[in-house]
Amino acid sequence: MPAAIEAEGLRKRYGAVEALRGVDLRAEEGSVFGLLGPNGAGKTTAVRILTTLLRPDSGSARVAGFDVERDPKRVRERIGLAGQYAAVDENLTGAENLEMVGRLYHLGRRAARARARELLDAFDLAEAGGRYVRTYSGGMRRRLDLAAALVARPPIVFLDEPTTGLDLRSRISLWDSIEALVAEGTTVLLTTQYLDEADRLAQRIAVIDQGLVIAEGTPPELKAQVGGDRLEVVLADGAQGDAAAAALAGLARDGAPEREDGVVRVPLDRRAGAIAAAVRRLDEAGIAIEDVGVRTPTLDDVFLRLTGHRAEAEEEAEAR
Amino acid sequence: MTAARHAVSDTFVLARRSLFRIRRQPDLLIGYTVQPIMFVLLFVYVFGGAIRTPGLDYADFLLPGIIVQSMVFGGFVTALGLAEDMKKGLIDRFRSLPMTTSAVITGRTLADIGANVVQLVVMLAVGLLVGFRFATGPLEIAAGIALVLLVGYAFSWVFAFLGLTASSPEAANAYGFTVLFPMTFVSSAFVPVETMPGWLQAIARNNPFTTMVNAARDLFLGIDGGNAVWGAIAWSLGIIAVFSVLAVWRYRRAVLR
Repeated sequence: MPAAIEAEGLRKRYGAVEALRGVDLRAEEGSVFGLLGPNGAGKTTAVRILTTLLRPDSGSARVAGFDVERDPKRVRERIGLAGQYAAVDENLTGAENLEMVGRLYHLGRRAARARARELLDAFDLAEAGGRYVRTYSGGMRRRLDLAAALVARPPIVFLDEPTTGLDLRSRISLWDSIEALVAEGTTVLLTTQYLDEADRLAQRIAVIDQGLVIAEGTPPELKAQVGGDRLEVVLADGAQGDAAAAALAGLARDGAPEREDGVVRVPLDRRAGAIAAAVRRLDEAGIAIEDVGVRTPTLDDVFLRLTGHRAEAEEEAEAR
Repeated sequence: MTAARHAVSDTFVLARRSLFRIRRQPDLLIGYTVQPIMFVLLFVYVFGGAIRTPGLDYADFLLPGIIVQSMVFGGFVTALGLAEDMKKGLIDRFRSLPMTTSAVITGRTLADIGANVVQLVVMLAVGLLVGFRFATGPLEIAAGIALVLLVGYAFSWVFAFLGLTASSPEAANAYGFTVLFPMTFVSSAFVPVETMPGWLQAIARNNPFTTMVNAARDLFLGIDGGNAVWGAIAWSLGIIAVFSVLAVWRYRRAVLR
């Protein structure tokens, strides 16, 4: 499959800060590519370079087959951009905003108007279309912003943290819109600091931290990097850890079970039957347990493993 | 050809956007019209009695001057608008579109012409009420109106440059007024230059505002301004040439950070 977005060795420095330190990316046509990373990782800088808004200090990128530095206009004809700061004119109505964008893509007046109406309907803004944008809620602005990115039916759409700061309902509604978009064959590059968002929407994910891509793959591949499914047993008596680890060694995929206080973690070969087998073995060894379960790693585990810190401040708070 | 057609179309689309803003914020238009009216009334009724303008009614003397001054300051809307745009994400949207880059600025300056026409109509109406009378034929009057609009358009580019250079809309406003306000006063706009001290007369005579005001008096009142009309046109075109290059340069520099 041809690549819709390709970048090699992108570097960008702002004064003393190196925002990008040699980033390679490749997104296949018709897929959702997730760029996952915490605030300040370099996601927005990468998007700005790929959308021709910013020149890299070195490295190169092609979008829809055109070089972003040598052929910016051709690139712009083929992309749509929606950002975290809803880029719409507050002093215009929703309909006027979309019409204006349509005219700037050089659709005719009538075509621009028709397309505006179509998008307002599709994004559930038909009733609000005649109102000034400054009266819109945050979620409505983001939907309008996304609609503006789609005016010219671009084959490639860049979404820079499209749901940051939105409430759950607005996020889910935006996710539905993005999924509908991909179903039509649009390539989407999505940046996010939300792991669940990347997990739900993206077929491939590049994890970016401090200006470098530190891991890349499908969500299952990334999860496998952390070791796949694990059995977790919480012992009634913490002193029995060694005995429990010995009893469970036969279930482990490779290496010995890990021990930490009264918890034993066993990397699993097969998930099926693991709990029953573990309970039986521990019972035979006369070890009492408080809790047992199989844990599938999340992207948050991936992040923690790769970077040594968590991706999201909120999740850190929740984890305690 | 297509590129040129698109550039014109992009400019008009964005000029429309700027004018819509006035529709949404009618108080902008009030500032636009009330302030010049206030100035006309203040000068005619407060200072006018004390200012001797041989052979001319003060209202006749004043109006071309004050019209040129308000055309010059009409462009501050462009400075405010651009300074605001630069702070928000909207510029990123425009730059991600296959439109003509400079249309963001040409659209604003074109919209200023529209706003200046409104201002001009209001000022002429108030002028006629306080006693101003044209002394020339329709052709000269039309040429005079075109000339003051050209002057206003030229200074829109100066303000565009200021708006893109200043750190905030407020700063842009402050720059504009501190630099341009004294310049409009040290000219033939409000008092005859001969009444100033000698050293100031030298400045006032070489001030482009003096040339522009004299050109307006020539076309509206038939007072021979020598080469003032041609001088005013040359100044305006020169200002447009220099400041359009500067403004576009600032814009590119600001957005390609």
